[in-house]
Amino acid sequence: MTAADLTRDASGIDGAKQRAIRGIFFACAFLSVLTTLGIVVVLLEGSVDFFRDVSFVAFLTGTEWSPLIEPREYGVLPLVWGTLVITVGSAMIAIPVGTATAIYLSEYAEPRVRSTIKPILEILAGIPTIVYGFFALSFITPQLQRFLPYDIGTFNAAAGAIVVGIMIIPMVSSLSEDAMHAVPDDLREAAYGLGATRFEVSTGVVLPASLSGILASYVLALSRAIGETMAVTLAAGMAPQFTTSPFEPIQTMTAYMVQVGISDVSIGSVGYQSLFAVGMTLFVMTLGMNLCSLWIRSRYREEYR
Amino acid sequence: MSDDTSMNETPTIETHTEAKSTDDRSPASEADADVAGMDDQSIGEETVIEARDLSVFYGDERALQPVNVEIPDRQVTAIIGPSGCGKSTFLRSINRMNDMIDVARVDGELLFRDTNVYGEAVDPVALRRAIGMVFQKPNPFPKSIYDNVAYGLRIQGKDDDLDEQVESALRRAALWDEVSDRLGESALDMSGGQQQRLCIARAIAPDPEVILMDEPASALDPVATSQIEDLIEELARDYTVVIVTHNMQQAARISDKTMVFLTGGELVEFGDTSRIFENPDNQRVEDYITGKFG
Repeated sequence: MTAADLTRDASGIDGAKQRAIRGIFFACAFLSVLTTLGIVVVLLEGSVDFFRDVSFVAFLTGTEWSPLIEPREYGVLPLVWGTLVITVGSAMIAIPVGTATAIYLSEYAEPRVRSTIKPILEILAGIPTIVYGFFALSFITPQLQRFLPYDIGTFNAAAGAIVVGIMIIPMVSSLSEDAMHAVPDDLREAAYGLGATRFEVSTGVVLPASLSGILASYVLALSRAIGETMAVTLAAGMAPQFTTSPFEPIQTMTAYMVQVGISDVSIGSVGYQSLFAVGMTLFVMTLGMNLCSLWIRSRYREEYR
Repeated sequence: MSDDTSMNETPTIETHTEAKSTDDRSPASEADADVAGMDDQSIGEETVIEARDLSVFYGDERALQPVNVEIPDRQVTAIIGPSGCGKSTFLRSINRMNDMIDVARVDGELLFRDTNVYGEAVDPVALRRAIGMVFQKPNPFPKSIYDNVAYGLRIQGKDDDLDEQVESALRRAALWDEVSDRLGESALDMSGGQQQRLCIARAIAPDPEVILMDEPASALDPVATSQIEDLIEELARDYTVVIVTHNMQQAARISDKTMVFLTGGELVEFGDTSRIFENPDNQRVEDYITGKFG
């Protein structure tokens, strides 16, 4: 018996085809990188045009925002404020409720209950955000008006924060539950063996051991709240203003972009270009959040093996 | 052959005789026999844990045949037997760790200081505070060395003079000299043997009466194993130690009493370790110990 011929030519393996396949996979992977770069370039270009007409400092420090009507003012702070109100408000709902849900699913629920609730939560995550907006308008705001002794407008920040909070609960609970579920049972047994209650095991052992995953879920959820558009546009209104009252209308950065998008401003006008500057601000904020999430992951890495 | 020969009620010479005569009456039904040879110098020893017809089921499957045994105070009781013979199941039924398994069900009684731990009024959390446990794989929390030892003390509200208690537990676990200058470092940076001694320190820190150990040295190298064995013998001065091991030499080295489980979740023999290893009553136990089976 002769030795097999192992040379390239005789093997029947088509080297060119293998290289082509590799190239196709690479192109697909590279597409998303290109898209990201493209978006950044577009935002930058538009922003540069905008800042030819408006001073950068005035944009970042001004407290009046009315780029579409006279007298025109280009201070972005009211929009940033609106976004912060929604983000902080929704976090106040989603973080406690989402974390508690995750603890329940991971540590308390029987397998049967868990396998019922988890898919329901994931359905909640799949509902189009505009539907949440209608839900806020047609249910949350009327309930607030009914039960709270304040003068509450049709559009108000509270309804927007509540509805975004509800929207991002599944994100917090699902990702946190995954992180808690990954904590080895060894650690739970160690704690139960020392006479820990279920609550002590959940909060004193499982929660710290899965902290990085939980914090990352918070940051991702907040990042989602910052970028959320339709629900807040519908629920919280289009009135860019500094207000500490949660029952008055506000405008977030995203809601402003919707407003410009559906308005009749002409391309090239300062109003149109403001879209890019606001978009850039939003992009920088969410990028910051994502970097923050990466940092948390490496800083509070799961230490168990 | 029934289980209610009640040979466990008084651990005296009479029970020994009774067990013997039981065997004599029906040597053929050896497999059904209750624990053979409840024996020897058990007079005057206080019983800490007593199983009365204790069975464990996983769903419909019986994991433990009715067990009757009395585990004496401040001695090392080893549980040996082949894989899947129910030795860990028995160990975990003592502090109700089997409660964690949804399908597990227990029949019979397990008395800890004369209280049935499966009684209505018993809180398993309180039970586990009196009975510590050390597991097969070292499982320190991803916290500092100090916080690991302090964990049990804190949750049990015994946190006066925490520093002293932590030091005392580490000393009793023969670990203090190695870690006294790095108590704040992560427990996960220790070696496997150190981690296991840390787990022992963590278990004894709240001062339980009984320490259960589930193959505590099986994941360790020979040097670390020998340190753990020395430690176990030391601990038996203050604590009742019940240890599951797959290593018969280990059982022979460190234990005072030995329980032998054989396939099918049956406790086949219980008695002084020296006698079990030199002159077991039961032929299957002899075969198992001499390596003919299992």
